[in-house]
Amino acid sequence: MSHLDGNMLGGELGELFTMDVTMAVAQCASCGTPGMIAQTMVYADAPGMIARCPSCGEIMLRLARGPDRAWLDLRGVTYLQLPMPAEP
Amino acid sequence: MARAAILGRLTWQEGTVTAVREETSTARTIALNLPGWPGHLAGQHVDVRLTAEDGYSAQRSYSIASPPDDGRLELTVQRLPDGEVSSYLDDVLEVGYPLELRGPIGGWFVWDPASTAPVLLVAGGSGVVPLMAMIRTREAAGSKAPFRLVYSVRSPDTALYTEELAERQRRGDGLDVSYQYTRTTPPGWAAPPGRINAEVLASAGWPPDRHPAVFVCGPTPFVEAVANLLVNTGHDPGAIKTERFGPTGGQS
Amino acid sequence: MGIVSPGFHGRRQAGQKLPPGQYLVTDFPVLSAGPTPRVDTGSWELRIKTETGQVHSWDWTAFRALPSEDITVDIHCVTKWSKLQTGWQGVSLDTLLAGVDTGAGFALARSYGGYTTNLPLADLRDGQAWIAYEFDGKALAAEHGGPARLLVPHLYFWKSAKWVTGIDLMTKDMPGFWESLGYHNYGDPWREQRYWGD
Repeated sequence: MSHLDGNMLGGELGELFTMDVTMAVAQCASCGTPGMIAQTMVYADAPGMIARCPSCGEIMLRLARGPDRAWLDLRGVTYLQLPMPAEP
Repeated sequence: MARAAILGRLTWQEGTVTAVREETSTARTIALNLPGWPGHLAGQHVDVRLTAEDGYSAQRSYSIASPPDDGRLELTVQRLPDGEVSSYLDDVLEVGYPLELRGPIGGWFVWDPASTAPVLLVAGGSGVVPLMAMIRTREAAGSKAPFRLVYSVRSPDTALYTEELAERQRRGDGLDVSYQYTRTTPPGWAAPPGRINAEVLASAGWPPDRHPAVFVCGPTPFVEAVANLLVNTGHDPGAIKTERFGPTGGQS
Repeated sequence: MGIVSPGFHGRRQAGQKLPPGQYLVTDFPVLSAGPTPRVDTGSWELRIKTETGQVHSWDWTAFRALPSEDITVDIHCVTKWSKLQTGWQGVSLDTLLAGVDTGAGFALARSYGGYTTNLPLADLRDGQAWIAYEFDGKALAAEHGGPARLLVPHLYFWKSAKWVTGIDLMTKDMPGFWESLGYHNYGDPWREQRYWGD
């Protein structure tokens, strides 16, 4: 089973966040390589969505959806750097 | 970048089909009105959700084919054999039908019309759809950024947008289009059918020292092969953006 | 529920008695959390480890020498698809556990590639579970969990770990991959136990 690009997380993540998290820079907790969430390797089948580090293949993000809840596991990420509009 | 930063939460919205247009015998374009649609960026996609009366639902992602516009967008859907969503969209959906979708999605696989860098677009089959949005947006924005499209298709009759691409190329305003036929070539075509290789990309694309922005879209094996070819011929991996259409999340 | 799409039915068949919320499909969807592990039978190993650390292991030859059976069962995925009367060939967990001395109440199945899933040990016994190596008369394809997968059809199919390589027997329950991210710890399709709290 091959993967999709991290851009494909945008629909699901877009329901949880008010900003585009695919444009966030995330550091992989396993290998320390930073990159955009859009560049992760996504396994998008339910039961959930998995994003893996394009450098080392370890899991960075897991997302599962129930009818009235979402579960987000970001243990595979040490930080997310989110683009914000510059303050005037 | 400010627009990509704060979008508000995405939710499912209901659009209405205003027109359908057959592109090939296996693909059609669906025009939708969506009140409150804020417009989109070239390269973005939407998620489409179909729900049966008993509650069964299926969801797929489709690239937006049209240039940015308030309140309306177009999708081009390739019908896949066994595709439960694509067969509905191409065979059952009619003008006036509702269609539920979520978007616009994705700030990364996007071409910014303010950019002047040369652009290399490499499309595999229906992967041409988001790249066509970029070509149409280029015109709408009056951009003169040089564009080269390398479009890989099985045969001439499966290629999308051929007349429009020919017309745009005829204008001579900086768009070049090259076709790569993998199974059947048109009558009189000089080259035999075959997959894209390094020679095709070198002659029809930009050399690495022009530092093009590169967008590759299509089935996953195609995208991976092309991305590898580009990197191996010296293109900066950081300048190559890919959108894989896969068995899920892609077109089906 | 989303807005109804007029004329949409999807690729399903009507009729049969299914657990609540399930739909019958004709294909065999492939779901995965990562790349398909490519395991050759020459290096394949199944290890059952008890709560005292004792390990019972089988290589492919030893495993295939065990008595096996034809299995015909219905399977139900938490993503709502079901397939009825699917045919497998496999070794019963009763056979594998026969020589294993344990007082453990819980099990954690481990897969090549890192996937895990947990269930009570009692649910692996008494003809409820197998290590399956054939589907539909052919060697189990890698994308469906081959060379061998756990098969526990009375629970949602995420419990039937693909590419199984080990079962840890434990005195304490330990949630596996999906059970730690919202999915029900037990997962009985007939009581529709999909998510925490169901």
